[in-house]
Amino acid sequence: MTSNIVLSEIDYEVVGKRPIRPDGVDKVTGRAQYGADLKLPGLAFGKILRSPHAHASIISIDTSVAEKLPGVLAVMTYSDMPFAAVSKSEWSDDKQMGEPGSPIMRLGADYAKLVLQSEHIIANEKVLFTGHPVAAVCAIDMAIAEQAISMIEVKYQILDAVMDVREAMETSAPILHETMRTNKFGEIGDVPSNIMSVGRVACGDIKLGFEESDIVIEREFTTASVHQGYIEPHNATAFWNNDQLNLWCSTQGSFVVRNAVSEILRHPISKIKVTPMEIGGGFGGKIPIYLEPIAAILSKKSGRPVKILMSRPEVFESTGPAPGTWMRAKIGANKDGILKSAEIELAYEAGAYPGSPVMGGAACALACYSIPNAQVDGYDVVVNKPKTAAYRAPGSPQAAFAVEQIIDELSIELGIDPIEFRLINAVKEGLRRVDGPLYKKVGHIECLEAAKQHDHYKSKINGKYRGRGVASGFWFNRGFPSSCNITVNSDGTINLTEGSVDIGGSRASISQQAAEFLGISYEDVKAAVVDTDSIGYTQLTGGSRTTFATGIAAIEASKSVIAQLIERAGIIWDKPIEEIEYLDGSVVHKTDPELKLTFKEIASQLLGTGGAVTGSASTDPPGEGNSFATHVVDVEIDPETGKVEIIRYTAVQDAGKAVHPSYVEGQIQGGVAQGIGWALNEEYCFDHSGKMMNSSFLDYRMPTSLDLPFIDTVIVEVANPGHPYGVRGVGETPIVPPLAAIANAVSNAIGTRIYKLPINPGTVLDNIKCN
Amino acid sequence: MVTVFIPAMFQSLTSGVTFVEIDASNVRDVVQNLDSLFPGLQSKLIKNGQIKEELAVSIDGDLARMGLMEKVPEDSEIHFIPAIAGGI
Repeated sequence: MTSNIVLSEIDYEVVGKRPIRPDGVDKVTGRAQYGADLKLPGLAFGKILRSPHAHASIISIDTSVAEKLPGVLAVMTYSDMPFAAVSKSEWSDDKQMGEPGSPIMRLGADYAKLVLQSEHIIANEKVLFTGHPVAAVCAIDMAIAEQAISMIEVKYQILDAVMDVREAMETSAPILHETMRTNKFGEIGDVPSNIMSVGRVACGDIKLGFEESDIVIEREFTTASVHQGYIEPHNATAFWNNDQLNLWCSTQGSFVVRNAVSEILRHPISKIKVTPMEIGGGFGGKIPIYLEPIAAILSKKSGRPVKILMSRPEVFESTGPAPGTWMRAKIGANKDGILKSAEIELAYEAGAYPGSPVMGGAACALACYSIPNAQVDGYDVVVNKPKTAAYRAPGSPQAAFAVEQIIDELSIELGIDPIEFRLINAVKEGLRRVDGPLYKKVGHIECLEAAKQHDHYKSKINGKYRGRGVASGFWFNRGFPSSCNITVNSDGTINLTEGSVDIGGSRASISQQAAEFLGISYEDVKAAVVDTDSIGYTQLTGGSRTTFATGIAAIEASKSVIAQLIERAGIIWDKPIEEIEYLDGSVVHKTDPELKLTFKEIASQLLGTGGAVTGSASTDPPGEGNSFATHVVDVEIDPETGKVEIIRYTAVQDAGKAVHPSYVEGQIQGGVAQGIGWALNEEYCFDHSGKMMNSSFLDYRMPTSLDLPFIDTVIVEVANPGHPYGVRGVGETPIVPPLAAIANAVSNAIGTRIYKLPINPGTVLDNIKCN
Repeated sequence: MVTVFIPAMFQSLTSGVTFVEIDASNVRDVVQNLDSLFPGLQSKLIKNGQIKEELAVSIDGDLARMGLMEKVPEDSEIHFIPAIAGGI
């Protein structure tokens, strides 16, 4: 098999190989334990009543009939949330979310956020999106719970809803939060607004830059809300043991859940234990909490463990999609193809509560390009839709959809090959991002060159309705805190415990890094993801950080193990430790070749030389390393139906060092598949009242294996200097290029350009007819 | 001395000055010294004694992990950039 790994500099013993993942057999045989599988004695079942209206005031909630239904154990509303006891006049000093000048003395401004979080979990005085929780029950079985919620009577006063980001920005728009004021560049406005904030990243003088341009292209773009589409719905089980709260859930971050629940329920962190179950996909959508506080309160009230499972419609309607957007981009270049200036406006829907990833989009929009003059403004706007959540490189795909299409248009207008155009303007080490920092060693040029040399790009594409598109993409990646413990067993195997929920095979990649560093075989590492009582703080599995950061924690724990083994060898040989070192999986004397003990040999002597050896590390490493990608896609359009078929796709990405190449390929292919769905089919469709009309996988059309060709991957390895093995995060960048790559390919195929997503058959047909 | 870049959206407070060199040993010093030069800038960067949550501090390309307490090496380059979340 021809290797798809390019520029790899170092060959390791374990890193870079493809061992079997430790959780693989359990997952394909059904033995893996997911949240829905959990069974506890006396388990009760929770169900949530959700708003049928996109925007309404709650006049009254009558739970009395539901409470009397036989089998109902407990009912809750917002009045049961701890923050219900905090009065509104006290909770904010923040001019943005309170009366101007309200006192903040007793309570931090974070309380304002926590109240909003509480009201998102279960509505207080207003419902702000269809599907917003209003009340919840638990009962001895699910059927009774469902019947009970139908007996809860809620009186609403329906309000006008706003569902579109541009409409929400108008001064005449219905206002979601009367106390919200716009923070524009640090200045707080004085009128209610749906625009929470306006931020800017900029450099140079864009006016001067446009004057120096020989060609300027300006376009507007829109994209729709899309969901991460994870196969496993959200779930949570809660049970109190006196004042100790135990939670089991599907989450990307057990410590995030623990801390968030602690804040919302105002309960000490040490008295909350979160056990992360195996996770059936997250992609960012399982970072927020939705069910855990509700399950906890119902469990407290009923005295029983309570499990709540979301249905698929609840997942679509009540969890966090990626935002729909409106964007305007204007980019200028000279006749040689050198970019001179860019002015971009991004308006992202945050959903019902502020906090869209618009500034992530702003920082990523031009990240692939060396451009001396640029200004990118980002608007965070609330609308009556579910609050948005992260979705793989949050903010970046939408911005790339805009920028990469204009780059394509510029290259065509100037008669420059699209990859060559990108090479002319590509960022590299020592150049500066629009938001300021200098790039360290990055692999953008190497990815472009690899794409250019690939036989896909060199091949001809023939056919009337066939086209090819190229696009590049960028994501920062992240570090954040991770912890790892390693215990050495007397037979030379090790137990490795860590707190990173396993998405995509990270148990394997972390085990590989520990095995590599210790010089032992991968098969001698037993990795386990443990609960929050059993490991040090570990930030969420997200931000493409886990293989990098938890890998470094495993390496640091390994260093601690090695130091202890050297001490033990000193005892065994009666030699000072300065004369001993660890080489290739053995402790050796630096000058006496007879003195050598392999890892297994010294492991067998540990209990007799001072007891067990355990290495621990809690780290917060810098140096995570950015990741770039360039994609090439060929499409064929059916002129009768407008259907776009992907006939060939090649994704090139810099992974730094692919610890487990199969899992890196899997991340790339998965991101591409999601990007294809985002580009061609997926969107939230709402009726006139603001209710989602396609909240099932039948109608929310995600690509299946039948829709896609094999996605070729090329792993470029430009080692990240911030990691001992050169690792960069890889999970998010692959979703960034597909939206624009496909738009560029469709344009190449039909001769007109489509500036809105999804590029569905109806839209394609309209464009073919216009052309 | 360190070089501190002023975020574009706050340059109205600096009469368009885009970067300055100042004496600082940590991020707190940076913010306080910036405010001495450009009054009002501190309130754009800090809230309740911490870097505002929508901002991150980049020191020679690495994100500060200890907020105002983060040391800034001599000759380093400081940026206040948008704080970014991550998905997968």
